[in-house]
Amino acid sequence: MGLLSSAISITRYRVDGKIENPVTEAVTKGLEKNTIANIDDDPAEKSVGWTSFDKPFSPNFEGSSFLFGNLFVFSLRIDRKSIPSKLLKKYVTIETSKRLNKTRQRFLSKDEKKAIKDKVLTDLAIRVPSTPNIYDLIWNYEKSDVYLFSNLRSANEELESLFKRSFNLSLIRFFPYTAADLLSDLSDPERDTLIGLSPTHFSD
Amino acid sequence: MLDLAIAYNRYRFLGDEFLTWLWFLIENDQHAFRTIDSDCTAVEIGSRIVLENRKRKSLERISIRGDDAGLEEGRLALKKGALLTELSLVFKTGEYQWAFSLKGESLNLSSLKTPGPSLPPSPEEMELFFLDKAERINKITNFVEIAFKMFVRIRVTSKWPNKIVPNIKKWINSIEV
Repeated sequence: MGLLSSAISITRYRVDGKIENPVTEAVTKGLEKNTIANIDDDPAEKSVGWTSFDKPFSPNFEGSSFLFGNLFVFSLRIDRKSIPSKLLKKYVTIETSKRLNKTRQRFLSKDEKKAIKDKVLTDLAIRVPSTPNIYDLIWNYEKSDVYLFSNLRSANEELESLFKRSFNLSLIRFFPYTAADLLSDLSDPERDTLIGLSPTHFSD
Repeated sequence: MLDLAIAYNRYRFLGDEFLTWLWFLIENDQHAFRTIDSDCTAVEIGSRIVLENRKRKSLERISIRGDDAGLEEGRLALKKGALLTELSLVFKTGEYQWAFSLKGESLNLSSLKTPGPSLPPSPEEMELFFLDKAERINKITNFVEIAFKMFVRIRVTSKWPNKIVPNIKKWINSIEV
């Protein structure tokens, strides 16, 4: 899902506000603070963070390595663990049998069943490796533009919240209304007209 | 600015109208594209268009694929009240061409193929390659943004209902069934 793919998808954003000076240091700080955390051998099921564009599995933002010309280039990485339902069922059944044998009960209470399922999920989450998804992005600081190289809604939503958390800046996604409002240099009366527009019918 | 979640749905029609207007320009006023980007020699419809007819009780989606295929069918769908929701385009300059798809509701770009190599010749040349690639991507994002701005500036004036819409209707109705 990246910049170097032969066919690219792009979601465009406008950055609302400016980062404190010195800019590159502030960006480095935001990236390092929210670098992707490794969740293999950890019960967490999901991890979201920044990684390096050129070395997505060895994130390193030292020495402004994410600066290409006047562009900041780095990647959003979302690691998820997917536990197949049949695998979960298998281990829940095994653990339930063990529990019944041990306690000599015929049935388990609702709370006991839930506790077993939670424990199995945690155990499996530690053993199952996460699957990484990487989405490159370009931040043109001078133009206040961000391009995310994906149109996936989940990636868009994770980016918007991680960007805010990292740099204390909101991203405004371009779609017809925001693009009309932000790009078209409309006067106040024209903006009022825009708000009042209704669909055109091209057919009679 | 309005609440964005509401605005997304409320004004998605602007994106669909923008695509219809682009198609109209492609067939009737190629010169307009040269005012957006002086390098542009032509903009053409690519291999896919998607239309939706929301006039009927259930949403009807018409997807037309294939090189140079079914544009009459697409115009016929417009005549029946469908809206253009996705358009694949080819942007040409003298030497190069870019192919991409544009969605009306989001203005998202997808399947963008830029000219030139897709990988750097060597790792040492990554930065140079990357900046060149970014410039080629910007060529299209700038084109779309300026075209959309041009559309919006017409859309908020009386030129839209008085001149543009009648011309688009005339073009749509000129198709022979």
